[in-house]
Amino acid sequence: MLPTNEQRRWMYRNMLISRYMEERIETIYMEGKKPIFNMANGPIPGEMHLSNGQEPCAVGVCCHLGAEDIVTATHRPHHIAVAKGVDIKKMMAEIFGKKTGLSGGRGGHMHLFDKDVNFACSGIIAQGMGPAVGSALSRKLQQKSGIAIAYIGEGAANQGAFHETLNLASVWKLPVIFIIEDNDWGISVAKSTSTSVAKNSDRAAAYGMPGIFIKDNCPDQIFSATAAAIEQARRGDGPTLIEIKTSRLAGHFMGDAEDYRPKGEKENLLMNDPIPTYRQALLDENVITLEEDSALVQETQQLIEDAITFARDSDEPAPEEALEHVFAH
Amino acid sequence: MSATNKLTIARAMAESLAQEMRADPNVFIMGEDIAQLGGVFGNTRGLYAEFGGERVRDTPISETAFIGAGVGAAMDGMRPVVELMFVDFFGVCFDAIYNLMAKNIYFSGGHSNVPMVIMASTGGGYSDGGQHSQCLYATFAHLPGMKVVAPSNAYDAKGLLTAAIRDNSPVIYLFHKGLQGMGWLGTEPAAINQVPEENYQLEIGKAKTVISGTDITIVSIGMGVHHALKAAHELQKADISIEVIDLCSLVPLDREHIIASVNKTGKLIVVDEDYHSYGMSGEIFASVIEHDHTIFKTPPQRITYPDIPIPFSRPMEQWALPSTEKIINACLTMKEK
Ligand SMILES: Cc1ncc(C[n+]2csc(CCOP(=O)(O)OP(=O)(O)O)c2C)c(N)n1
Ligand SMILES: [Mg+2]
Repeated sequence: MLPTNEQRRWMYRNMLISRYMEERIETIYMEGKKPIFNMANGPIPGEMHLSNGQEPCAVGVCCHLGAEDIVTATHRPHHIAVAKGVDIKKMMAEIFGKKTGLSGGRGGHMHLFDKDVNFACSGIIAQGMGPAVGSALSRKLQQKSGIAIAYIGEGAANQGAFHETLNLASVWKLPVIFIIEDNDWGISVAKSTSTSVAKNSDRAAAYGMPGIFIKDNCPDQIFSATAAAIEQARRGDGPTLIEIKTSRLAGHFMGDAEDYRPKGEKENLLMNDPIPTYRQALLDENVITLEEDSALVQETQQLIEDAITFARDSDEPAPEEALEHVFAH
Repeated sequence: MSATNKLTIARAMAESLAQEMRADPNVFIMGEDIAQLGGVFGNTRGLYAEFGGERVRDTPISETAFIGAGVGAAMDGMRPVVELMFVDFFGVCFDAIYNLMAKNIYFSGGHSNVPMVIMASTGGGYSDGGQHSQCLYATFAHLPGMKVVAPSNAYDAKGLLTAAIRDNSPVIYLFHKGLQGMGWLGTEPAAINQVPEENYQLEIGKAKTVISGTDITIVSIGMGVHHALKAAHELQKADISIEVIDLCSLVPLDREHIIASVNKTGKLIVVDEDYHSYGMSGEIFASVIEHDHTIFKTPPQRITYPDIPIPFSRPMEQWALPSTEKIINACLTMKEK
């Protein structure tokens, strides 16, 4: 199944939003952190895991989803949150730790929760998978529509939770899809030195479910290759494991010197940045015109600038608000 | 006297590991990003270059597997040092820790040893959110069969790690990120001190009186010791004499040392960055009262982390953390009583 032109424009637009968000966060994150890089300082403190380069994985899958579908993401969640339709202003405010943020500043960039579009994430490797399986079970038991998608990195496929949840989802034939974003690295450890198989999608066989490997970091290919799996889940015919070869264009987190990368790797990845490549394809195939493209660039940049202004202008939470929402009320 | 160098905790830990690895071929290290990268927190820097990938092993992100593997290797005569990058990640591998590592000596009736060390980073204060900022001291200390230590400075860091590696029982070695001397996690100058080049051990289970005083006893561990020292310094100006005790170990807990001090001052404050309830502060109060229920001249106080998940946002997190200011205020009200 090929994406329509409208879907292609949607994917391109969301990749732009995500990338501008990351580029602006990258700059703002460094405010207050020079000349001495101390994570505690600046308007955005703490760890920061940017998703530059992985946008196709987000849009290619989420293009098939609606707000009712459930997505769990990881410590690197921004691109997926954008594609899932998480409120950009509230998300930015959360990343800034403001009162107007998605969680009033309690979560931060690794813990973005937006109930309106069924989005959540966890900073513990592979721990989004159990909740995704459980949400899928809930939809099945309640006979409600909607499926669950659990995103993980390739490093997470060596975690116990990965193997347990795949088995459970398969045994119970749940409407859930597991998406592995294979960017080759778990911090400084290469996939080839940590993983017993070249393709994690091969591991699907051990759990009696289809495994799909997508070798190109391209929104159209990801869209097409995931369509059938998502249809299968929606039909009630069980889960699929999908691994997408993607690229982490930034360090593991901000401040990472990336000395572990082989010479030339980063340059090579940057040369194959999926966004300019996709833009060119859309232009070449007359899906967008140059004028439309520059309008889109302007519009999406403005969207991010507005979100940043909103976040900066928002109040900080009062310290005592830390005590709220430990339990439900 | 052997030469000394001014070291960070990270470098002191790496020095202890290198010396123990040179001395004993059965010592080896495994964990995530501990080989070429030298550990996210710098404590294994240089070891891969010296000892190679057989003895300095990067692992997959498979804590249950490699911590369980540590137990098996330790029972078979090796001395594994295993890193759990953030203590917060214990959730994915706790069975290997508390049901295997901590119990196998006992289950074997003392026939097996488990000479294994788990190094894990602790602590918040730099807005890393609720899954990367915890201390969890009491979680480990509560469960029998593991020793638990936490250094507050480089000298102690080296001596405690060496003792932990040589110990035939499992030891949880908790280092605070804010004391690590990594710069990007802030710097606490007092944690960087003179460390003898020659290897040495600090006895696990022995507390230290860092400064002596007569009015109030403050007991803490790790980062809290530094808050207490700063408070003591300030309070000197108000003519309040503070005694600061650095526990160094939570298990075994040096109860006698604490009791001796409170016998003198009659006033006790416990500072703990771990959660408030069911923790170190409660255990220390109980231990003192069990010894002598008339010992306190004023109700003891505890400055701890409230019973809430750790919020990301700076104003909320900083408000919740123990601080020098909170200790000073507690001392001032206590002194008046
Ligand atoms: C259980 C657990 N172990 C270790 C970590 C520390 N950690 C955070 S990200 C990361 C690497 C993850 O690699 P991958 O799953 O490939 O995701 P990527 O960072 O490449 O997006 C590690 C080891 C963690 N958060 N949780
Ligand atoms: Mg990865």
